[in-house]
Amino acid sequence: MSARRPIPRWADIALLPAINLILAFLVSGLVVLLVGENPFHAIQVIIYGAFGYGDGFGYTLYYATNFIFTGLAVAVAAHAGLFNIGGDGQAYVAGLGAIVVALALDQTHWLLAMPLAIIAAGAVGGFWAFIPGYLQAKRGSHVVITTIMFNFIAAALMVYMVNRVLKPATTMAPESATIAVPGRVPQLRQFFSFFGYSPVNLSIVIAIAALIGVYFLVWRTKFGYAMRVLGANPTASRYAGISNSKMIMITMTISGALAGMVAINEVMGVQNRLVLDFVAGAGFVGIAVALMGRNHPIGILLASLLFGALYQGGQELQFVIPGITREMIVVIQALVILFTGAMEGLFRPTLERAFMLYTPEHKTEAVAVSTAKTES
Amino acid sequence: MKFSTFTKAIAGGIALSAVLTGAAFADPALIYDLGGKFDKSFNEAAYNGGVAWKEETGGNFLDLELQNDAQREQALRRFAGQGANPIVMAGFSWTAALEAVAPEFPDTNFVVIDTVVEAPNVQSILFDEHTGSFLVGALAGLKSETGTVAFVGGMDVPLIHRFYCGYAQGAKHVNPDATLIENYTGTTPAAWNDPVTAGELTKAAIDAGADVIFAAAGGSGLGVLQAAKDAGKYSIGVDSNQNYLQPGSVLTSMIKRVDLAVKNALTEAADDATFKPGTTVLGLAEDGVGYSLDEHNQELITPEMQTQVEEIKNQIIAGDIEVHDYFTDSSCPL
Repeated sequence: MSARRPIPRWADIALLPAINLILAFLVSGLVVLLVGENPFHAIQVIIYGAFGYGDGFGYTLYYATNFIFTGLAVAVAAHAGLFNIGGDGQAYVAGLGAIVVALALDQTHWLLAMPLAIIAAGAVGGFWAFIPGYLQAKRGSHVVITTIMFNFIAAALMVYMVNRVLKPATTMAPESATIAVPGRVPQLRQFFSFFGYSPVNLSIVIAIAALIGVYFLVWRTKFGYAMRVLGANPTASRYAGISNSKMIMITMTISGALAGMVAINEVMGVQNRLVLDFVAGAGFVGIAVALMGRNHPIGILLASLLFGALYQGGQELQFVIPGITREMIVVIQALVILFTGAMEGLFRPTLERAFMLYTPEHKTEAVAVSTAKTES
Repeated sequence: MKFSTFTKAIAGGIALSAVLTGAAFADPALIYDLGGKFDKSFNEAAYNGGVAWKEETGGNFLDLELQNDAQREQALRRFAGQGANPIVMAGFSWTAALEAVAPEFPDTNFVVIDTVVEAPNVQSILFDEHTGSFLVGALAGLKSETGTVAFVGGMDVPLIHRFYCGYAQGAKHVNPDATLIENYTGTTPAAWNDPVTAGELTKAAIDAGADVIFAAAGGSGLGVLQAAKDAGKYSIGVDSNQNYLQPGSVLTSMIKRVDLAVKNALTEAADDATFKPGTTVLGLAEDGVGYSLDEHNQELITPEMQTQVEEIKNQIIAGDIEVHDYFTDSSCPL
C-alpha cells in the first residue's frame, strides 16, 4: 500500500462517510427489494420513525445516548493505540455501581443520587477495564483478548449478582428491586411533552458533557498528548520519557468509566432497576460508532445519532411493514457497519486520485500514477 | 390516458391498503420475548398457538419481535393505540412494562404468560413447571438403572431452577438414594441456543454415571437429546413434545402448553364476557403441564411406570404430595 496522499479534510470527514453510507443504503434497498417490499417506502418509514414525531425522536436520542458513551470509550482507548472491545462488559458491571447507589439513595433526591451513581458506575466500569489494562501493561496480555474475555466474566458475575444478591424474593424475573421515584434520573418528557412516552432522559446531558470532556482531554491536555504519542508510536513515547504502562492503565480506566455511563442511562433513567443484559450490545455498536466517527467527538455524535435512528427506525419498520422481520433490520444495520467501518477505505484511493486530478500541482503525479497502473 | 389509469390504480391500491390496515387494527396482537419467534421453544410455542388460533377461527393476528428491553412499553402502546385487542405477551420480562401501560388503556385486554401483573384488565397465566418436572423426575428415577439422573438447564435463572427443583424432588420421591447432577449451559441469553456446550455437559454427566438427562435448555436441549442418543442413554425433552426428535432415546417430554394458553387467550380475552382478569395457574389438573406419551416413547415407558406416575399425578392434584416450589423461597431443599 502506497503512502496516503492528502485529500481535503472536508472530503475525509464528510464526503467519504456520505458515499459509504449511500452505498450501504443502496445495498440495503436491494435486500428490501429481495423480500418483496418497496425500499423507498422502507427508507421513508425509517426516517419518519426516527425523526418524524416526538416519541420516535426521543427513542432515537435514547439509543444515541448509549452509543455516545460506548463510542467515546472505544475512541479514547483507540487514541492510545488500544482496542477496547470490552465496552459491553464494562457497561454491564457498571450497572452494579449505579444500582447500589440508586437503591441506597432513592428516598432522597436524584440530584444527590445521580452524581454519586455516576461516580460509582464510572468506578466499577473503570475498574473492569483497568484489569485488562494492567494485564496489558505489566504482563503483555493483549487487551483485545482480555477485554472480550472480560465480557463473559461480566455476564457470569451479573447473573450471579442479580439472581442471588439483588433479586427481591418476591419477583420471579431476574431483576433487582425498583428504584423509587425520587432517585430516578428525570425524563426529558417531564420538561418537554414533545417527547411523548419515550425514555430519553437527562443522561443525554451527561453524554454531551462527555463528548466535550473527551475533546479537551485528548486534544487540549498534556495527558491527551501523551496518550496520542503512545498511540502513534509506543517506542517514541517511551523515548520521550512517558511511562507507557502507566498511560495504558489510566487510559483503559477512563475508557471503562465512559462505557460505564451507559448504566446511568439504562438503570437509573430507563429501566429503573437492574435487569439482565441491559446493555443489549451497545458496547459493540460503540466500536462501529467510533470507527465511523473517526474517533472524534463530533463524528461520534453524528454516528451515534445515525445508529440510534437505525435502531428506532428499524423498530418502526417492523410495525409498519410486517414483512420486514427483526433479522432484516439487523442485516441493514450490519450493512451500514460493513460499509462505513470495515470497508471504510474502499473509495479512498479513487477519491484521492480524483482530487489530485483537480488540484493543478498534483496533476502530473496523478497522471503518472494512472499511467503506471495501465502499463503494469 | 395511460397516466390516469396508473393514478387510478395507485389510488385504488391506497384505498385498498387503507381498508386492509383498517381491518387489521382490530386484530389481536401477540408479542414475543427477546428470544425471538422461532426459538424452537417457548416463543415458538406461543407463535404456534397463534397459528392454531388463526387456522381455527380464520382470524388474523399481529405479532412483533423485540430487539431490546426498551421496546417493550413502546410496542404495547403502539398496539394498544392501534386498537389491537387482546394483546398477548409471552415471557416473564414483561412485568414492568405491562404495569406501566395497562392502566393507560383500560379498555384493552392484556394477557401475560409466565408472570403476574395486578391490574383489572390483565390476565396473568402461570404454569406449574415444578409439578410437571416432578412427574418427569419420577419417570427418570424409575427408568434409571445407575441411580444417577442429570439435569442440563439453559441460562442460569430462577425459572430454570424451578424446573430442576421439581425434577430432583420427583427423582428422589421414587428413589430416595438417587444421585443428581445439575448443570447449566451458561449465564447469558446465548445459553438458550448452545447445543454444543449442552451436549458436552451431557457427555460429562453420562461419564459420571447418569443414564437419564433432562434438558430444560430451549434450543440447547437438542444437543442433550443428541448426546444421550449417541451414548445409548435416555433424555427428557422440554416445553413442546420433543419425543419425535430422537425416537427410542427421548424418554418423555415435560410439556408446557404455552400454545394452548395463547390460543385460548386470543379467543377468550377478545370478548369482555369471557375475559378472565386475575391470575390463572395452569397445572397438572388443567393439563397445562405434564409428561408426554406417544408412539415414539411407548416402548420406553412400561405400564407399571405409567400407573405409578399417574398415581403420583393424582396425589399432587389432590394435595397429598407437596411439591416444593423454588419461587417461594429461592431454594431447593432435597
